[in-house]
Amino acid sequence: MDLLVLEQVRKHYGSQQVLRGIDLAVAEHHVTCLIGASGSGKSTLLRCINLLETVDDGVIWLDGRDISDPRVDADEVRRRVGMVFQAFNLFPHRSVLDNVTLGPQRSLKQSTSVAEATALELLDRFGLADKASAYPDSLSGGQQQRVAVVRAIAMAPRLLLLDEITSALDPLLVAEVLDVIAELKREGMTILMATHEMHFAQEVADRVVFIDNGQVVEQGPAADVLDHPRDERTVRFLTRHLGR
Amino acid sequence: MADWTQSDRQTARLDYRRRRTRRRAAVAGVSTVAVIGLLALAAVTAPGWHRVQVTYFDLAYGREVLPGLAAAFVLNVKLFVVAEILILAVALVVALVRVIPSPAIAPLKLLAVVYTDIFRGVPTLLVIFLVCFGLPALQLQGVPTDIFWLGTIALTLSYGAYVAEVIRSGIASVHPSQWAAGRSLGLTYPQTMRHVVLPQALRRVVPPLINDFVSLQKDTALVSSAGLVEILREANINASRDFNFTPYVVAAAFFIAITVPLARLADWLALRQVRREQGAE
Repeated sequence: MDLLVLEQVRKHYGSQQVLRGIDLAVAEHHVTCLIGASGSGKSTLLRCINLLETVDDGVIWLDGRDISDPRVDADEVRRRVGMVFQAFNLFPHRSVLDNVTLGPQRSLKQSTSVAEATALELLDRFGLADKASAYPDSLSGGQQQRVAVVRAIAMAPRLLLLDEITSALDPLLVAEVLDVIAELKREGMTILMATHEMHFAQEVADRVVFIDNGQVVEQGPAADVLDHPRDERTVRFLTRHLGR
Repeated sequence: MADWTQSDRQTARLDYRRRRTRRRAAVAGVSTVAVIGLLALAAVTAPGWHRVQVTYFDLAYGREVLPGLAAAFVLNVKLFVVAEILILAVALVVALVRVIPSPAIAPLKLLAVVYTDIFRGVPTLLVIFLVCFGLPALQLQGVPTDIFWLGTIALTLSYGAYVAEVIRSGIASVHPSQWAAGRSLGLTYPQTMRHVVLPQALRRVVPPLINDFVSLQKDTALVSSAGLVEILREANINASRDFNFTPYVVAAAFFIAITVPLARLADWLALRQVRREQGAE
């Protein structure tokens, strides 16, 4: 069953076309990796799905409902769609625990005790229990990004969007964040992620979508796209990124 | 751009958005007219309205004093413009002296700190009294005795301290990585300050600076208390002669005519800056 379906999604800024008719389907409990060069439109695509950007044409279906309709309550959609950013975007004035509980308390109207219990349990599971009262600036980049992931999943989203979440990290810290994502996959979370980590995509992704110049060039099971790319552009991209 | 035909769905969406925008504009228009209308009605039908009108809004009398007030207001504008230029120069020097880490200028730094501390703490009116009445009494050589220039000096001293602090906070707000990038190109400290940091800092502080200048524009009226016949003094002379407060209202209108556009300009610049910094993300 497809949780998310995009049909001919278009987006342009002025005369520059960023998305040029994207068709895409994300199955429930699958990890789908968006790969492609910087500026190919991956981030814009994720921002459109989270309704941070308004599409200029096409439809986005989430759970069978058209969320690109202007009548849709964007806040309600965002409660069901988690997002983690490249630059973490933690709230610097709130402790780790308060970063995680803000959404569940204010947006999902959970009681403080419920929100904190859930948050502490999640922090514990991802090895951050001792950081609950710390502030973001005292954490390493990897820890900050793990907190950002916990903050997103504390909302119990239907779909998790990850926007190049390891690109701002030291190579040594990349693994600890990717381990968290692999763990989320084991738990059955549906994930759509833009990434440059080809080896991670090879190991964890169910499907890989190669985007070039605002269009889907090739998509399919991870092994097919990554090991037997058909389109010449995919081949060239993978040669550069997998070093083969 | 037109390498695809817009889908019917998108056309319907755009229609819906357009209708929604129109609906919102209509709601805003109707509620504004209703609220303002009710307030105006309440004011006009209030029992004391006639007295208010005669005392504050005497149109014929207002027209009669208008030329005199306008002539006097030219002095306010002159005070404002001259003081503003001097303030910027003084403030920039003071801010730089406080920021530059050179040990050779340590005594200047101390002076700059004392200056900002004192003149930010003392009421502007008090500074005007000290300068306008105190300075001439010293009978020093070269000190102007003209009340306009004394007033300008007083305003400059007072506002220079504020503006220096605004500029200094602007310099501090430029990210250290900009210093690192400038210095690693082989630029000296002054070069990095002049070509990299200061341009960014000044751009960033323009909106708060305009705020200070709105305030300065109003405070030119304070110099009236030292005897300068600018617009407030002129209005005061008329009002006490004819027992009518309309000149004050006209004077207020003159100030508003300058400060409101300045305030809007500050809003607009601040908004543009936010957009630009978000766009650069």
